[in-house]
Amino acid sequence: MTGNDATAEAMRQIAPDVVTCFPITPQTELMHKFAEHVADGDVDTELVLVESEHSAMSAAVGAAAAGARAMTATAANGLALMWEIVYIAASYRLPIVMPVVNRALSGPINIHCDHSDTMGCRDTGWIQLYSENAQEAYDNTLQALRIAEHPDVLLPVMVTFDGFILSHTAEILEGLEDAEVKDWIGTYEAKYSILNTDDPVTIGPLDLQDYYFEHKRQQVEGMRHAPDVIREIGRAYGELCGRSYDLFEAYRLEDAELAVVALGSTCGTTKVVVDELREQGVKAGLLKIRSFRPFPEAEIAEALGNAKAIGVLDRSISFGAPGGPVHKEIKAALYGTGHEIGIVNYIYGLGGRDMSMNDIKTAFAGLEKVAREGTPDDNIRFLGLRGEGGV
Amino acid sequence: MKERGWTEIPIGGVIEEAGNAAAYETGSWRTYRPVWNSETCIHCLRCWVACPDSSIEIADGKVTGIDYEHCKGCGICSFECPVDPKAIEMKLETDFAKE
Ligand code: SF4
Ligand code: SF4
Repeated sequence: MTGNDATAEAMRQIAPDVVTCFPITPQTELMHKFAEHVADGDVDTELVLVESEHSAMSAAVGAAAAGARAMTATAANGLALMWEIVYIAASYRLPIVMPVVNRALSGPINIHCDHSDTMGCRDTGWIQLYSENAQEAYDNTLQALRIAEHPDVLLPVMVTFDGFILSHTAEILEGLEDAEVKDWIGTYEAKYSILNTDDPVTIGPLDLQDYYFEHKRQQVEGMRHAPDVIREIGRAYGELCGRSYDLFEAYRLEDAELAVVALGSTCGTTKVVVDELREQGVKAGLLKIRSFRPFPEAEIAEALGNAKAIGVLDRSISFGAPGGPVHKEIKAALYGTGHEIGIVNYIYGLGGRDMSMNDIKTAFAGLEKVAREGTPDDNIRFLGLRGEGGV
Repeated sequence: MKERGWTEIPIGGVIEEAGNAAAYETGSWRTYRPVWNSETCIHCLRCWVACPDSSIEIADGKVTGIDYEHCKGCGICSFECPVDPKAIEMKLETDFAKE
């Protein structure tokens, strides 16, 4: 199955009460597939076809506020258009699950993969789970529902996977049985429903100087509970099907001197490179981030503690900031830990630029030098860029 | 009303109690204060119908005063008042500052 098909399959098995839908490349086939399931009567989901992504998220918020299990999916400019309501979903504590098929934000217009869409959303208050392959997109979607609905969390979750690289390429999927998924997700009883006239509540009232701050602090608390919940659900999922999940994956990292940090499909390619380098006696390793929000900084700092040089791969730019978003988090995580580790940021793959094994080898070769000589002045590099400054 | 801490309130800004807007005082937002004149008022109740904040106080079908804890000073009551001169006059809040 392709990443889109795998995610649509997870959604078929979840059979949310409400799915709101507006097409955008490369998410279109996901919703196309799910709409087929609705049309064929495989699910009794209320499919709401809307006129924009702003409406897609608004309708999902309305459905979730009524106590429904609500989902939608989007990519890039679609995510940008729903931006306002993305924040609102999180601040109203509505456990909406949304697959986001990563695509570069315009402009210039581009339909291929990078992480500028979801990275721009990192402060919206959503949990963000990144997927390495279609299997993980499927597994993450099934887990996201439980994470979002957990009473200690109650936050919406974005499940991301790389546009075209994962959304449109086929791989073998190990799915759960429908009955297993039904058991796994159970039933959802929302604490509040705007449609419950026996116990009327107001959702989304004006919140000014007197209480807005307190509600933001509550969101922080939900996010603080999230790491334990993500781990607990990742373990339970492993017991169910043999594939357990954590906040991040340490791949041959324990004794690694040269560590690459990445997220998304590039992690698969990096693992192959790490294996090759290991055969040549290079102590290479990978730290694959699954949960970027919440960002498990203490655990990541510990996992990277033995490295002599770290290369952080960023598939997006934070203009005007010192490096990409992942790079900054890693540096912040290591601050104060006492480890003097050379860190280099590799910005790569923007607008779908291919990230080959050779590019990753170039990154590791760069790290070898950093391990010997310390953090260089040119610590923000553009991997795969043509012209001056490209590596 | 005593303002509560972040652990003492429902999450997500939900208001669990129906119709508790009365407990939220909006009178401090006012720039202009409607001042009612009981002498000239003909008790037509137009102001009472039009007030968006239910701040015209009445008893037995007659205006008795204005609820300044909730009146936001929009001036609709005065605009709608049919008598000449108006039985509700809008006056700058700052004129009352010394009171
Ligand atoms: S000024 Fe506006 S809010 Fe105040 S009493 Fe008149 S109509 Fe109502
Ligand atoms: S509109 Fe004027 S006259 Fe009519 S009840 Fe109100 S204050 Fe009195």
